[in-house]
Amino acid sequence: MSFRKSALSTFVASTLVASAMLPSGCGPSQDSAEVSLSGSGASFPSPLYTTWFGEYRKAHPTVRIDYTSKGSSGGIKDVMEGVVDFGASDAAMTDAELEEVARLRGRGVRMLPMTAGAVVIVYNLAGVSGLRIPRETLASIYLGEITRWDDPRLVAANPDIALPDLAITEVHRADGSGTTYAFTNHLASISDAWANGPGVTTSPNWPAEGGIGAKKNDGVAAMVKQTPGAIGYVELSFANQSGLPTALLQNRAGKFVPAAIPNIQAALAGTELPANLRLFLPDPAGADSYPIVTYTWLLAYESYPAAKLAALQEVLKWCLTDGQRFSERLGYAPLPDAVASRVIEVVGSLHAE
Amino acid sequence: MSPPHVTSLPRPPTAGEKAVDVTFRHGTFAVGLGVLGLLALIVVEIGGVAAPALREQGLQFLHGETWDANQQVYGIRPQIWGTLYSSTIALVVGGVLGIAVALFISQGFLPRKLELLLKTVIELLAAIPSVVYGLWGIFFVLPALRPVTEAIHDAFGDFALFSPRSAGPNLLGGSLVLAIMILPTVTAVSRDAFAAVPGKVREAAFGLGATRWECIFGVVLPTASSGVFGALVLAFGRALGETMALAMLLGNRNEFSWSLFAPSNTLASLIANTFPEATGTERNALMCAAIVLLLITLAVNVLGTLILARTNRRLRGLA
Repeated sequence: MSFRKSALSTFVASTLVASAMLPSGCGPSQDSAEVSLSGSGASFPSPLYTTWFGEYRKAHPTVRIDYTSKGSSGGIKDVMEGVVDFGASDAAMTDAELEEVARLRGRGVRMLPMTAGAVVIVYNLAGVSGLRIPRETLASIYLGEITRWDDPRLVAANPDIALPDLAITEVHRADGSGTTYAFTNHLASISDAWANGPGVTTSPNWPAEGGIGAKKNDGVAAMVKQTPGAIGYVELSFANQSGLPTALLQNRAGKFVPAAIPNIQAALAGTELPANLRLFLPDPAGADSYPIVTYTWLLAYESYPAAKLAALQEVLKWCLTDGQRFSERLGYAPLPDAVASRVIEVVGSLHAE
Repeated sequence: MSPPHVTSLPRPPTAGEKAVDVTFRHGTFAVGLGVLGLLALIVVEIGGVAAPALREQGLQFLHGETWDANQQVYGIRPQIWGTLYSSTIALVVGGVLGIAVALFISQGFLPRKLELLLKTVIELLAAIPSVVYGLWGIFFVLPALRPVTEAIHDAFGDFALFSPRSAGPNLLGGSLVLAIMILPTVTAVSRDAFAAVPGKVREAAFGLGATRWECIFGVVLPTASSGVFGALVLAFGRALGETMALAMLLGNRNEFSWSLFAPSNTLASLIANTFPEATGTERNALMCAAIVLLLITLAVNVLGTLILARTNRRLRGLA
């Protein structure tokens, strides 16, 4: 009897010990806790981000990332208020905003270029493709100085095209937008009148008379498509989706270049990012460079709780390496290798709280 | 067979019944007050955010024509004008059309079943989301209107009313879509008013030898006028606040213009388009715009109620 009792108690004890050791011994249960990250901001890269996070979750079912596309200013605001794990902005953040976050949240923010895109000029002229728009002419159209398609300045640049006697209807974004920021940044660098007038901003006071505001990239594309004689600017992927023709723009070297991925990459090549990785390219050099390109930034805090940190670093590294192959198909330019490796370095420097 | 049940005894109400009564009265009173409180809360909340902008911009805010976040200059005259202009056109077009339809489906022009069918179809128009109206406007109304507006411009372009040769979105296109959006409100409410005219009154008119037209314009319309007027006030209120469709169709142009063919903007569209990305003073200014919109809507409703009360008194006096 006493033997049996002691045998039983030994059995019970050993089972308890074994089961107590199991979780730590047999790995997966710790990792399988789901990590959830949330981000919000720029709509410009949102098709790419959504693809990235969806693809990543397929390979890593335990990491869930929700991205809300609400606009660059919205993303910056959310980062300041600390309601998201990361933000996204096409206009990066200003020094004042960076200081504000550090003051409010007690941790700084790193700006991480994730991809680059182009702002393209779309137009609605029946039967006209391959339209060339010289530098000053582009600014003059948006300043309202050129109001007709058969203006001598446009005719001179397009000797092979019969331009119609038609009014130009200028279409712009009605909502504040990072796309507008990149576009006005370019206009300001090619035209003093623009720099001293409407300026570089997410929502300028558009000077062209009779100009039309439309909501979001797809709104501008739809409006241009429905309005004979319209001209508008959208992010490259939206131009591709809508099937609208895009204009060839004249770059700093004087050459007319199409809005194609190789030309965007040419613009990015040979640029040196500063320590904070914030670099605007209002008027890139290089013979083949497309003139209106912009990086778009993911805004990450400098420190996170350990679980989130590990997940976020993994995701970002994946986006900057394997993920880059999704860029081109969606109308974005993969980052140059040198840039990607610098960003990965900064991702590695994020630390636990 | 049970004895007949006595349901009411002449006895004083019990304490329980009294308590229920009192609770009910106080409850409804509290809910009623709550609605007022809610309105006050909205005004106070929005007003609090709006106040700094109003102090800074002063009266300029109401009559200025520039909305520029970079210069921090905010003026909403073009938007106030666009709101009132588009809603008025919509009210005239939608009102005439709506009242005509309401008469058509209530005065025995059609078999009863067809009347009901038409009534239901028109009320269904109210269930279409405004973004769908906006898309319909972009892809159908604006292109369909283009040859007309261009022809009018080419013939009468010297008038300020028809001055730019608009190819894209314009005030007229947006207002016409808006007219269709308010049609169900006008039709449903005025149809009910026409249906409420006692049959005896109409029969009396016929008995005196009135034709159908004389009966409609001499008897039915005047008798139902307060209901019809109520319908128009409701519809105007709806038109003033309409956001999405007009944001898609008016062109969001912050520019004052008399022209029917010029792009325009409304207060509601301005707020909807600009607010998500607005920061700092622009946010305050947008709240100011919201208050102005609130005041306009309030003024329309109060004015409507006053005129209604007046016409009712006059009608009774005549009777």
